[in-house]
Amino acid sequence: MEFALSEEQRLLQDSVRRFLEQNAPLDKVRLAAGDTHTVQRSLWAGASELGIPGMLIPEDFGGMGLGFLDAAIVYEMIGRHVAPLPFLGTAVMAPLALMLAGSEAQQEKWLPKIAAGEIVAGVAVTEKIGIREDAGVKARKGTLTGKSLFVIDWAEADFYIVADSDHGLHLVLPDAKGLSRRALNTIDRTRSVGELVFDQVAAEPLPRSSADAVARMIDAGRVMLAADTLGAGQMMLEKAVAYAGERKQFGRVIGSFQAVKHLCAEMAAALEPSRSLVWYAAHALDEVPGDARLMACHAKSHLSEVGRFVARTATEVHGGMGFTDLLGLHYWFKRIGLDRQLLGGPELVRLEAARLQGWAA
Amino acid sequence: MDLAYGPKYEAFREEVRAFLTKHKDQAPKGLGAAGRPSPEACSWQQLLIQHGYAARTIPKDYGGYGAMPDILESRIIAEEFSAARVPAALQNQGISMLVPTLLELGTEEQKKKWVKPTLRGEVVWCQGYSEPGSGSDLASLQTKATEDGDDFVINGQKIWTSTAHEADMIFCLVRTEPDKPKHEGISYLIFSMKTPGIEVRPLTTMTGHAEFNEVFFTDVRVPKTQIVGQRGQGWLVANATLKYERGMLGDPAAMETRFQALVDLMREETVDGQRAIDNPIFRDRLVRLQAELAAMKFNGLRQLTCASRGEDPGLARLIVKLQSCELTHQISALAIDVMGEFGVLYDDSPYLRSHGSWQWGYMFQLGLIIGGGTAQIQKNIISERGLGMPREPKLAK
Ligand SMILES: Cc1cc2nc3c(=O)[nH]c(=O)nc-3n(C[C@H](O)[C@H](O)[C@H](O)COP(=O)(O)OP(=O)(O)OC[C@H]3O[C@@H](n4cnc5c(N)ncnc54)[C@H](O)[C@@H]3O)c2cc1C
Ligand SMILES: Cc1cc2nc3c(=O)[nH]c(=O)nc-3n(C[C@H](O)[C@H](O)[C@H](O)COP(=O)(O)OP(=O)(O)OC[C@H]3O[C@@H](n4cnc5c(N)ncnc54)[C@H](O)[C@@H]3O)c2cc1C
Repeated sequence: MEFALSEEQRLLQDSVRRFLEQNAPLDKVRLAAGDTHTVQRSLWAGASELGIPGMLIPEDFGGMGLGFLDAAIVYEMIGRHVAPLPFLGTAVMAPLALMLAGSEAQQEKWLPKIAAGEIVAGVAVTEKIGIREDAGVKARKGTLTGKSLFVIDWAEADFYIVADSDHGLHLVLPDAKGLSRRALNTIDRTRSVGELVFDQVAAEPLPRSSADAVARMIDAGRVMLAADTLGAGQMMLEKAVAYAGERKQFGRVIGSFQAVKHLCAEMAAALEPSRSLVWYAAHALDEVPGDARLMACHAKSHLSEVGRFVARTATEVHGGMGFTDLLGLHYWFKRIGLDRQLLGGPELVRLEAARLQGWAA
Repeated sequence: MDLAYGPKYEAFREEVRAFLTKHKDQAPKGLGAAGRPSPEACSWQQLLIQHGYAARTIPKDYGGYGAMPDILESRIIAEEFSAARVPAALQNQGISMLVPTLLELGTEEQKKKWVKPTLRGEVVWCQGYSEPGSGSDLASLQTKATEDGDDFVINGQKIWTSTAHEADMIFCLVRTEPDKPKHEGISYLIFSMKTPGIEVRPLTTMTGHAEFNEVFFTDVRVPKTQIVGQRGQGWLVANATLKYERGMLGDPAAMETRFQALVDLMREETVDGQRAIDNPIFRDRLVRLQAELAAMKFNGLRQLTCASRGEDPGLARLIVKLQSCELTHQISALAIDVMGEFGVLYDDSPYLRSHGSWQWGYMFQLGLIIGGGTAQIQKNIISERGLGMPREPKLAK
């Protein structure tokens, strides 16, 4: 037994970290944030040189055929650098939908393009978790009607994977007749989400759709969001410790005040076990089917709580500077904020975890 | 990441299960964490040692089972005992703190003499570290031991000494070099609690029981051979012991057992005919704790892997005492809230649930947050050693 990252995984994480340090520094993030609903093509192309878009896609389709733990540690790095990349929908949830439920023809058509980093794929599943504003999509005779909110990787998507209200998954092209799209601006300007409204839109069903396939997409998405929060939270802690080591007040560095030290210790104490939970939840998606769903819930809800605590605490340690745009700390704060609500906030997710164990109807 | 156990380990798991099925009924019902184990608890412990489910990796020569260290086997044992809700190997300060310290730093004679009876539950130890003026700042301790021929002569006072009133032996920190800087003048002695000149006064705690004591030493003579480690190096020896204590307090299997008991409680307790587990607020708290527990459990696995590779787990280890004691306390707190007014019944009151163990635990576990290095001291350690932040000013010499 070994509960640790493998040597390859450490190398993978390092190479992604170096790539992002060089190619997604804060000034680039700022520029991208001014243009949320535009895909950063050159950055995504660079990421595809590392194989990131096709990480989970089998080698037969031009991907790397890696596992969810690999994907999680990559998204952790992406979160660490608040990098504006369409990873969650394009590299994880959409390929997963195609692999689990798509026809061979669909797989052959789309997976190689995703793996090559040529296209972006949006994912519309929010209503499988909770319906607001009467959203939801009905499938009838090969068409879709209704709407879906908070579509992941919404901007410039080359196709969307859409879940209907009946466990069906569909592939919809962005220029399909009867489809209208609206951007949704969130506090997090590093990732795009939006709305899709369907009026008898022609859609290609994924023929092997099932409730299980949808659930698995959501499980994977949740683990990835937890990993993103882990990376972002870890960076906020490091920034807080570094700032506290430089900033002087009352003739001392503020990091020598115990009140400040203890805030940092509390952040570390919350984050460290979270890392182990994220690793296990990601590992379980591939290797421990009986545990996968419950652990995805635990990872998502727990990291949401830890993330909120770290995001506000690290900001406080930065004092007034943390509140300004000058340091850009708020990009991390907001990233963690979006992670918490996407694919179910912690209370909702915990209710699901209770249901899985027969503790709730 | 490789959590597969493989056929060899699955066979081992079957062995453990078979043992549990066969001997389950011999297990003692209540098992005090500290104090003198009951005769049933001692025989249970001895049965466990005989089968390798206690003292598993301690050499046979010293009364253990003598298996090679194997984290997977240890884990399987912990998992199976927890799942069967059967008390696992005895844990007390002698077994968890003194034994590993002696094995690491004791003389051959000390190991031969003390390890075996301690493991078997026959010799009970107490830890004489804290003094009225030296709690968190342990290294400032004042109990002094002066040389007289072949003996040390000890004078001074210890306090909060758990189980001293029941203990046969004490491992004790004393100042042998009063002129040296505070960390360099301490020695670590082991001696009998029956030595003339020792007076033990029980201190009642908030639980209403006397879980710990004041211990007074007046001209207590202890042969010089009963020192562990070198003279003046007691601080290093003590730190070895503290490391094991923090390990003992952060045992995820023990937390898992409490959590399962909480789930059972929430299925049984009802208000207005509704089970506690069907109350959305209680249930949300329960699942939240479950996620934290999972995180601590996997954190434990990560540490074990580091240990088996000889790597320093760093923060993953430093946070354990703080997080585990808090989590354990929160598990009890939820149990109390679930019971409502029944949650504050005590002693032998009618309607008392689970013999009042939740109420006792809720109070006692607060003591664990304080004892063995308070939460604030843990945060100092995490920020200074784990995060490299500036050290606290050294006020005393
Ligand atoms: C929304 C907002 C509006 C403001 N409006 C005004 C305004 O109108 N006019 C104006 O003059 N100023 C204003 N300020 C500035 C504000 O008063 C300062 O930000 C605040 O006093 C903290 O100082 P600082 O930012 O330098 O943080 P620092 O003093 O650098 O503090 C950084 C961190 O160190 C901690 N710390 C510092 N010293 C100690 C200590 N001795 N013990 C323990 N911890 C310590 C702090 O609590 C904080 O967590 C505003 C700030 C904000 C956020
Ligand atoms: C249940 C229980 C069992 C115990 N068993 C034993 C035993 O068997 N043997 C034994 O030797 N001792 C034992 N102790 C004693 C225990 O080790 C001490 O209580 C503990 O180390 C704290 O010391 P103190 O009580 O003197 O508190 P103090 O050190 O006086 O602390 C009081 C408060 O001040 C805070 N504080 C102190 N120093 C700092 C600092 N530098 N920075 C920030 N905050 C600080 C503490 O965190 C605490 O909140 C036990 C205690 C308990 C509660």
